[in-house]
Amino acid sequence: MAIFGSTGECYLNMSLSMLSATDLSTIASQVRRDIIRMVHGAASGHPGGSLGATDFLVALYFAIMKPDPNKFSMDGNDEDIFFLSNGHISPAWYSVLARYGYIKTAELETFRKLNSRLQGHPSPMDGVPGIRMASGSLGQGLSVALGAALSKKLNGDPRTVYCLVGDGELQEGQNWEALLFGAARGIDNIIAVVDYNRKQIDGPLDEVLSLGDLRAKLESFGWIVQEMDGNDITDILDQMSVAKQQLKKGKPVIMIMHTHMGCGVDFMLDSHEWHGVPPNSEEADRALLQLEETMGDY
Amino acid sequence: MNTYNNLGSKDTRSGFGEALLALGKADENIVALCADLTGSLKMDAFKKEFPDRFFEAGIAEANMIGVAAGLTIGGKIPFTGTFANFSTGRVYDQIRQSVAYSNKNVKICASHAGITLGEDGASHQSLEDIGMMKMLPHMTVVSPCDFNQTRAATFAVAKHIGPVYLRFGRPKVPNFTDPDQEFVIGKAQLLLEGNDVTIIATGHLVWKALEAARLLSEQAIRAEVMNIHTIKPLDDQAILASVQKTGCVVSAEEHMRNGGLGESIAQLLVRHHPVPMEMVAVDDTFGESGKPEELLAKYGLDTPDVVHAVRMAISRK
Repeated sequence: MAIFGSTGECYLNMSLSMLSATDLSTIASQVRRDIIRMVHGAASGHPGGSLGATDFLVALYFAIMKPDPNKFSMDGNDEDIFFLSNGHISPAWYSVLARYGYIKTAELETFRKLNSRLQGHPSPMDGVPGIRMASGSLGQGLSVALGAALSKKLNGDPRTVYCLVGDGELQEGQNWEALLFGAARGIDNIIAVVDYNRKQIDGPLDEVLSLGDLRAKLESFGWIVQEMDGNDITDILDQMSVAKQQLKKGKPVIMIMHTHMGCGVDFMLDSHEWHGVPPNSEEADRALLQLEETMGDY
Repeated sequence: MNTYNNLGSKDTRSGFGEALLALGKADENIVALCADLTGSLKMDAFKKEFPDRFFEAGIAEANMIGVAAGLTIGGKIPFTGTFANFSTGRVYDQIRQSVAYSNKNVKICASHAGITLGEDGASHQSLEDIGMMKMLPHMTVVSPCDFNQTRAATFAVAKHIGPVYLRFGRPKVPNFTDPDQEFVIGKAQLLLEGNDVTIIATGHLVWKALEAARLLSEQAIRAEVMNIHTIKPLDDQAILASVQKTGCVVSAEEHMRNGGLGESIAQLLVRHHPVPMEMVAVDDTFGESGKPEELLAKYGLDTPDVVHAVRMAISRK
């Protein structure tokens, strides 16, 4: 892909509108490599959910939001903004921020290490461009995203707020307060996305604490609900495009995004065992053999 | 000796409500959120005047704090309102992560603080909130003493950039500070000068400290009375200067001894200028139902308790 230099830095002066689903998959492969290498390098972190959400985050930044990485502002006025509520998938987010041009890819090496800006869970404390809110303690991001969406409405800002929420995280009661609030206040400039991989630390979500009929619950709370395959970039682009058509109609929008924890690495696929466990060197090598280096490793 | 007169008792929460309305008129970035206690928080005037900038959160405080944090993104200055208990312990982790750690410009406004909430009893009486909030990095903790000062404090916290906890109360109490006072966050207010003891008080107990000083003066004890309306950051210089002069200190607050203002003062003094110190505060117990004045008396937070503590402190010099 011509838009990337040999150092692996991303050059955004090229037109993002030229990126095809295949191009996005190419980027996603590199992000997955970054995730494995970061988590292995730190000997800690959360590879499973990070790999599962990679395709969505790549599509979101490179094809849906397309913010200007050189003009990051905390207020994010007149641009689409994103909140990550399930902060433990920070490796995926940091890699996307780096590959998109917010930070140098070399900084990914510092993940989870002393004096790094790339904390185990995201924080705006050290001024990482792209990050507006701390997350990690679960269940808080949707409320924050709704507040930011209200702020955009008050400012007459037509852009959209996106928020990724984990499925296990929906066991936190604050999410259901937020779901009530979003519908009751008609906050219709937000697209929330549930990463529905059906796994959490202790095991399958349905065994730990089932969400029951999630779609019915979300609909009954008054949100417009859509579903998509979060590991199929074409489907992500199509369904997010449909979702955007649902904005500004008086209701908030939420996507149930079906994903596979560990997607891209066969021995991690669909296993909750890899939620928060880093691969050892042999496992990292095996994983990297399955992921093509497309943009140059950091 | 200066004297302070009650200009007419008023509730501190009304000082907050009055200032919030004025702030709303002056700055369209001021927004307010409340968790089903709009009348109690005296936020109804703001709600009526600015319905588009007032967000009723319902009985869902965790979400309210998160929404407030989000509203700062885009430049809004959110004021959240509920009782002190529900403003802190109930939502501690939301404040910790989404407000303090994220360093968001949220003003957490807490009414019905302390034991003088009265008849509702211990479930609603917050005696731990100062401790919880002062422990959070980035957090400023403000505890004004009367109506006029709460009004002035509300204007000041709106101007301050960063998270603030603003603590005030329910009952009508003497209103005695200057209605046109300048409120400087972090600056102690020296109310009375004296040489024998420093009484350092916050909130409703500042008036009790002044009453105690009056009684003590009749016994030829000259008490210095200092109002600490900002518990964090603490005005170290003012406290040290006073205590170096008087040689002993009494703290007074409507809060648990653990985690309170007295604890902050003790931490300062033990490092820089150890002197005999007594603390007028609640002694590791929950409150109960009763009238505010009855509760202050029963739980050792009344004027005679301050007088007694002063005698103890002086006797240990």
